[in-house]
Amino acid sequence: MLSRRSFLRLVAVGTAAAAPLGGNRMFRRWRLGRGGAVPALVASPAVDRTLVQLTDVPTQGGDPTIAYAASPPESRGQGPAGRRWVMVIDLAKCDGCRECTRACQGMHFIPAGQEWLRVYELRDNEVAAPYWFPRPCMQCDNAPCVKVCPVSAAWKREDGIVMQDTSRCIGCRFCIAACPYGARSFNWTQPEETEAQQNLPYSDEWNQRHRKGTTEKCIFCPGLIKEGKLPACVSACPMGAVYFGDQVEDAVTNSQGETVRFSELIRQNAGYRFMEELGTEPRVYYLPPRKRLYPVPPDEPQPATTGVHP
Amino acid sequence: MIDRRRRPTFSLREQHLLDSLQATGPRYYALVGGLVAVIIWGLIAYGVQLRYGLGVTGLRDNFMWGVYITNFVFFIGVSHVGALMSAILRLTGAEWRRPITRMAEAITFASLLMGALMPFVDMGRPDRILNLFLHGRLQSPILWDIMSITTYLTGSTLFLYVPMIPDIALLRDHYGHGPAWRRRLYTILALGWRGTPGQKHHLETVMGVLAVLIIPVAISVHTVVSWIMAMTLRAGWNSTIFGPYFVSGALFSGAAAVITAMAAFRWAYHLEDYITVRHFKRMGYLVIALGVIYAYFTFNEYWTPLYKLAEHERGYLAAVFSGPYAPIFWFTQIGGLLIPVLLLTLPTISWVPRLRATPLLQPRPAVAAVTAALGLLVFVSLSGSPAAALGEVTTARTVLPWAFAATALWLFVALLPVFRERPIAAAVVASVLVNIGAWLKRFVIIVPTLQYPFLPIQRAPVGWAFYRPTWVEWSITAAALAGFALIYILFSKLFPIISIWETREEGTAQASAGGEVAHAPAP
Repeated sequence: MLSRRSFLRLVAVGTAAAAPLGGNRMFRRWRLGRGGAVPALVASPAVDRTLVQLTDVPTQGGDPTIAYAASPPESRGQGPAGRRWVMVIDLAKCDGCRECTRACQGMHFIPAGQEWLRVYELRDNEVAAPYWFPRPCMQCDNAPCVKVCPVSAAWKREDGIVMQDTSRCIGCRFCIAACPYGARSFNWTQPEETEAQQNLPYSDEWNQRHRKGTTEKCIFCPGLIKEGKLPACVSACPMGAVYFGDQVEDAVTNSQGETVRFSELIRQNAGYRFMEELGTEPRVYYLPPRKRLYPVPPDEPQPATTGVHP
Repeated sequence: MIDRRRRPTFSLREQHLLDSLQATGPRYYALVGGLVAVIIWGLIAYGVQLRYGLGVTGLRDNFMWGVYITNFVFFIGVSHVGALMSAILRLTGAEWRRPITRMAEAITFASLLMGALMPFVDMGRPDRILNLFLHGRLQSPILWDIMSITTYLTGSTLFLYVPMIPDIALLRDHYGHGPAWRRRLYTILALGWRGTPGQKHHLETVMGVLAVLIIPVAISVHTVVSWIMAMTLRAGWNSTIFGPYFVSGALFSGAAAVITAMAAFRWAYHLEDYITVRHFKRMGYLVIALGVIYAYFTFNEYWTPLYKLAEHERGYLAAVFSGPYAPIFWFTQIGGLLIPVLLLTLPTISWVPRLRATPLLQPRPAVAAVTAALGLLVFVSLSGSPAAALGEVTTARTVLPWAFAATALWLFVALLPVFRERPIAAAVVASVLVNIGAWLKRFVIIVPTLQYPFLPIQRAPVGWAFYRPTWVEWSITAAALAGFALIYILFSKLFPIISIWETREEGTAQASAGGEVAHAPAP
């Protein structure tokens, strides 16, 4: 029989022995991000065309204790330090051509049935005019999908991108349930791949290989960003409606080569984030669909397809 | 102390209870064979799903969860009855529970196994199951689920096993004519039980501690299960009362499942002397009480958003109250809640006529009654339902649900006197209805919300905008139910389904107190 003392000793020894195996790893997930701030060389907001060294750029927005708690796979990174990617979509310029969606499909060889960037037809109320609403992944700072992922297959990089590792995802689809924007897609069957595609190396930054039973989504094309290019959807927009840039630099660029101050653009055009009330703190901003010079959706938008089944 | 030589045979009472371990007839083998066939069919369906991916189910991006998660919530819910029966009733000293506690605990064991299986069936990559342990994140409610369900499974297995030890020892000592593996099994499981006062004291202590510990664990399990939904922002799931709402529904469905099991074993093993009308009445009261609590939570859950009609809540509310999911929802409320509670109160209502022949069962009055009921239902639906404000009222969408409702209404009224005379039949019908309703209710909680996300479902490929489960999902669901039944039946063949020593204690206790001994002939 075990005495009380020997039992307690056994428990203590067992815990110590098990710690490096699993327990410790699990509890380390609770740690915060790399501090609350990062050093960066950024464009001066005061004087044009000068750079200033900032020692502590806040990793702003959201609840960093939750959003950053996910531990990315060891081989994957936190993204370039001191960057905060941001996207601005000018709904007044969007004419619903869906070039962005097509560019995205081509860039990532997206499987059939999925649209990582979906253009919705929305209408806010009965008297308002309908408008086109492109929806990429919002790359939330307080990302619900990152919170609920049981295996850190989704994680928040310090440059703001919510990444997805399909080599770790277990396919529970909790992230799809948690995402309020429907921005996540699931590979329900083995996606068909061309031979050229099969020869591509797997890289979560390019996300061109797809695996059965895993979740995927828009990731702001970090591979293209690394090469100094704009994400595929941004450069494909014929209207220049999509701006992309670094919030720390306070500059965003569109496909027409127009580079504008992010804060000015938002301030002067009443920029907003979609469903701010949810508290997800998206990194995608919208400019309201006012004074449109371009074709708009028909007065009666296509009804949301409900209950239609073959 | 049990002495092998001095008591070579069983008492009549023990012999009767132990007979069920041996009695196997063609009907038994047909049942087991049928269940195994269903399970094999389900395994084939799962093989298809493994081979081709979850695309063979009706699930798609908008409906990422469906029947599998419904099964999960249903089975985990039913499993709560073990904690209710053995812990709560034990702590409150409800002695009548003794002949049925083991049935309840076995339900817990079997349904927890099936429930815990469902999330793995639902996984897109079951081959990566180890990632949950290698890379598990404590922030994810899925990890909470794994922890609380494994704790509850361990606890309730102990709760099933520990009070069984004296009975296993009885089998070890007196089950000489069984096969050798059985005797070996009983010898190991009896843990050297001799029935000494010291051992009895330990057993009582362990049972007392377990009874206290299992209650918070059981409550945590279904609370965490409900958080799988309540921790998201989706309208319809984003609710603060999901925890207690689910726990109350769980206890309700579990208690009803015990009534079904009681009736089945009473009939199959001829346990009329042990499980009496008295037990059905008590269980009936329990189900009524739990049903009223569940109705209260359901009312709270729907009435508050219905009053406010916030923009994003409208979609699923309209769908549930008058839209495509209305027939299911109203069945769960009327067929799965109101009628069962009425059926269970029936034996105590004096004014229900005690008739043997019911006039409503004659052909002409029957047709007239169904027609009248159908007319009444359609009229009520046309004359403005409370959901009219939602703007999506589709009256008399199909005649079929209304005809079904009218027939059911007539059947209920026509059979009232019959049920009045036969309380056990009433209790069984009520409990089966409760469990059908419980499964459908979980479906109605999960699916309509997915039909109405914040951004409307647009540009969905054909067939992706509405959830319709496929044969694969139904096959696996049937296999899970069959697996539950099979585990339960095999358990009853391995161990006495009625606790022998506990009912013996009840008998002596009541006899000495001068109370009625309703359950058993004296040993």
